[in-house]
Amino acid sequence: MTEPVITPELIAAHGLKPDEYQRILDIIGREPTFTELGIFSAMWNEHCSYKSSKKWLRTLPTTGPQVICGPGENAGVVDIGDGQAVIFKMESHNHPSYIEPYQGAATGVGGILRDVFTMGARPIAAMNALSFGEPKHPKTAHIVKGVVEGIGGYGNAFGVPTVGGEVRFHRAYNGNCLVNAFAAGLADADKIFYSAASGVGMPVVYLGAKTGRDGVGGATMASAEFDDTIEEKRPTVQVGDPFTEKRLLEACLELMASDSVISIQDMGAAGLTCSAVEMGDKGDLGIKLQLDAVPQREANMTAYEMMLSESQERMLMVLKPEKEAEARAIFQKWDLDFAIVGETIPEDRFLILHGNEVKADLPLKALSGNAPEYDRPWIETPPAAPMAEVPEIDAIDGLKALIGSPSYAHKAWVWEQYDSQVMADTVRAPGLGAGVVRVHGTPKALAFTSDVTPRYVKANPFEGGKQAVAEAYRNLTAVGATPLATTDNMNFGNPEKPEIMGQFVGAIKGIGAAVAALDMPIVSGNVSLYNETDGVAILPTPTIGAVGLLNTLDEMIAGQPEEGDVALVIGETMGHLGQSALLAELLGREDGDAPHVDLEAERRHGDFLRANRKHVTAATDLSDGGLALAAFKMAEGAGLGLTLTVTGTANLFGEDQARYLVACHPDQTKALQAAAEAAGVPLAQVGQFGGDWVTLGTASAPLVELSRLYRAAFATAIV
Amino acid sequence: MKAAVITFPGSNCDRDLAVAFEAAGAEVVRVWHKDTDLPAGVDVVGVPGGFSFGDYLRCGAIAARSPIAGAMIRHAERGGYVLGICNGFQVLTETGLLPGALMRNAGLKFICRPVELSVATADSAFTAGWAVGDVVRFPIAHHDGNYTADPDTLARLRAEDRVAFTYLENPNGSMADIAGVLSDNRRVLGLMPHPERAVDPAQGGTDGMGMFRSLLGAMALV
Repeated sequence: MTEPVITPELIAAHGLKPDEYQRILDIIGREPTFTELGIFSAMWNEHCSYKSSKKWLRTLPTTGPQVICGPGENAGVVDIGDGQAVIFKMESHNHPSYIEPYQGAATGVGGILRDVFTMGARPIAAMNALSFGEPKHPKTAHIVKGVVEGIGGYGNAFGVPTVGGEVRFHRAYNGNCLVNAFAAGLADADKIFYSAASGVGMPVVYLGAKTGRDGVGGATMASAEFDDTIEEKRPTVQVGDPFTEKRLLEACLELMASDSVISIQDMGAAGLTCSAVEMGDKGDLGIKLQLDAVPQREANMTAYEMMLSESQERMLMVLKPEKEAEARAIFQKWDLDFAIVGETIPEDRFLILHGNEVKADLPLKALSGNAPEYDRPWIETPPAAPMAEVPEIDAIDGLKALIGSPSYAHKAWVWEQYDSQVMADTVRAPGLGAGVVRVHGTPKALAFTSDVTPRYVKANPFEGGKQAVAEAYRNLTAVGATPLATTDNMNFGNPEKPEIMGQFVGAIKGIGAAVAALDMPIVSGNVSLYNETDGVAILPTPTIGAVGLLNTLDEMIAGQPEEGDVALVIGETMGHLGQSALLAELLGREDGDAPHVDLEAERRHGDFLRANRKHVTAATDLSDGGLALAAFKMAEGAGLGLTLTVTGTANLFGEDQARYLVACHPDQTKALQAAAEAAGVPLAQVGQFGGDWVTLGTASAPLVELSRLYRAAFATAIV
Repeated sequence: MKAAVITFPGSNCDRDLAVAFEAAGAEVVRVWHKDTDLPAGVDVVGVPGGFSFGDYLRCGAIAARSPIAGAMIRHAERGGYVLGICNGFQVLTETGLLPGALMRNAGLKFICRPVELSVATADSAFTAGWAVGDVVRFPIAHHDGNYTADPDTLARLRAEDRVAFTYLENPNGSMADIAGVLSDNRRVLGLMPHPERAVDPAQGGTDGMGMFRSLLGAMALV
């Protein structure tokens, strides 16, 4: 089949800038073939090459005694003792989810699960951080329903419990929703599988589902801004099949147990191209592929299409040759494709054959190693203007504005569509802060949370970046877990704009400072740029996914408050209202600076809570909505009323950091106070749980009325 | 008691069911959908939850025609016990071992939450540990749990006391709030809620253990 002629238009359509194309000419010394152009485009787009972000990602702290493998592999690997490891990562599937919500979100879940089980881990928990446009925007309800159903449709069938996440609404996401999918798995620390190939002449094996034309050019699409032609991009969204993925999981884990695998890589963005180059590059080897052997779903597929297809549920493996029969039998048992499609070769070469023709013949290392890297100009985000005066409000009005808003309302509408219990190890289901899952067959458990407050990051990227990590730290701490490590999913606008790049740089610096201070290094992550539609960027949204360890379930702060429990706040309340949820939801204002995060105080207060968990019935971190919202949610979840003796809008709704609300049995209060005094940790008694009214300072309302609003608001908003 | 837990491609509660049987004191063997016979000495066959064959065609329809389903049907015809949970219930209705069908939830959404059930009969090995009217709490997690049967079948189920559990608050539109039904010999139970997810205090409840213990107790008497 003849391939199209390379024209400037064709180069531009592949997302390659003229100087990038010149670099290709310099590397190969000739005009590329159409297939080669596609391969370069797939490898050099922002999504795969991190060309704008690499320089800054390198500055993040990624090491620590607990880290077995940091960024650069499919997922991060962290020691959890007893020879076991947790493997996790978070990844965005924003652009596909906006174009085709169900499949976009479903394949986002599928992709992150594959990242985890490619490394030999059985997935044990999933989370999803979702950002949608304002509820009344005509597209929002459709996207919310499709995304939530897609996440459930894939994760539930695959059989991984979804135990946490976030859902927010803001007009900045009207044209560009965010779907950040997290997965964590469990493996023996000495049985982790990496992507580096080794050995010459080793068979390269294709595993899983057949290759179709779906998703051709997806990674390039994900590296461009949107405009009103996006509907035309629907064919670039892949279609997921969790049934195949579940079989692929079981077959891969059996295969790995059979000692057949030299290296393995899932086919995600840019499919066969990216996975083959990755294995060759990491192993300092070349790869030869014979595309006629690729299992194909459709007739007459070209080399270009096969190399760029993003068909789901596929893996590429370098096999120990003597194990071929055994490996093939495992895939036959699970009724999956198993095909030898190539071999490792000694020279630095990526050789693609189809029919009797050479479709691509490129230096392999150049595809990843020589990918462009930019030091994009950036300008520091200017300090936020001082906040305008905030009037004193009726505290119940303030609470109602929050709990009646879908961003802060009860989210059962979302999480009840996710199976949170499958695998029968879920100890804390969604809705109570961090999710907790037992490490099967051991006394240990892992806690999972995802956090970011995009308003803060916009106002002050550095403090906002710190805050995202600090909130994750607090959420893990509030269930009694010790934070272990972090994955970051950086969602930003167009990095070619210096002010957007400035947001990115500021957030990275803040995240770096916080993970260093809180000893929760970054072990994996993903960058999603160009989240803009018609030139309007999303709020900068660096989602932090974090994992904590409980050595036994006795360490867990599990409970809900009981009637008569005393409410106390750990940490200092100063009443910071800038960029608060109250301002945004009640007054429609987003002004002032983000709250500043004192990382030493975070650490001190977190250590204090963990050390004193025996005195505490329930705990939660204070974040969006401050004390009033956190106390209401804690009480409401237990079916209790609440009396807060604190008065003043700033004290009730301020979002000062490094704070927790705890519920204490009255006979434990003194002991907790004594411990706080000894540790130099601020501790204030703020009220009591119980009764059937909610009293915030001087304002009151019946619990049943607020509860009704809180539990109905989400569904009401997105109908 | 020896329990055989089937794994179909797409099953995802097979391990959970095996763990629950073991916790109750049963010996568990795992069987594969392509197996044509059950191991010797199996007392009860567990058909787990999940999405056998991806729920393609109809939930449970393909699994009901697999080789192991034939062995399971012969086991049931010999008077053997069978417990089908969630997708397992769907498989059992598709094999004809249980009457009725499970349709899409009335709300058209997947639902995962703990629900309260009323024990509707104590006259079975699965429910003998309870009294009629006892309330138990098991989680549900399904998209297609809306039980339906024709009027004659429903009348017969009631007349023969074969409704095993009913929902206190019907989550999915099931006819007569039915959450689980028994076969005419009372030895095959299918139910949508997951007793195997309520066998340990850490899971938030242990009501499910009542079913596994009851079954074990019945076996001990045989």
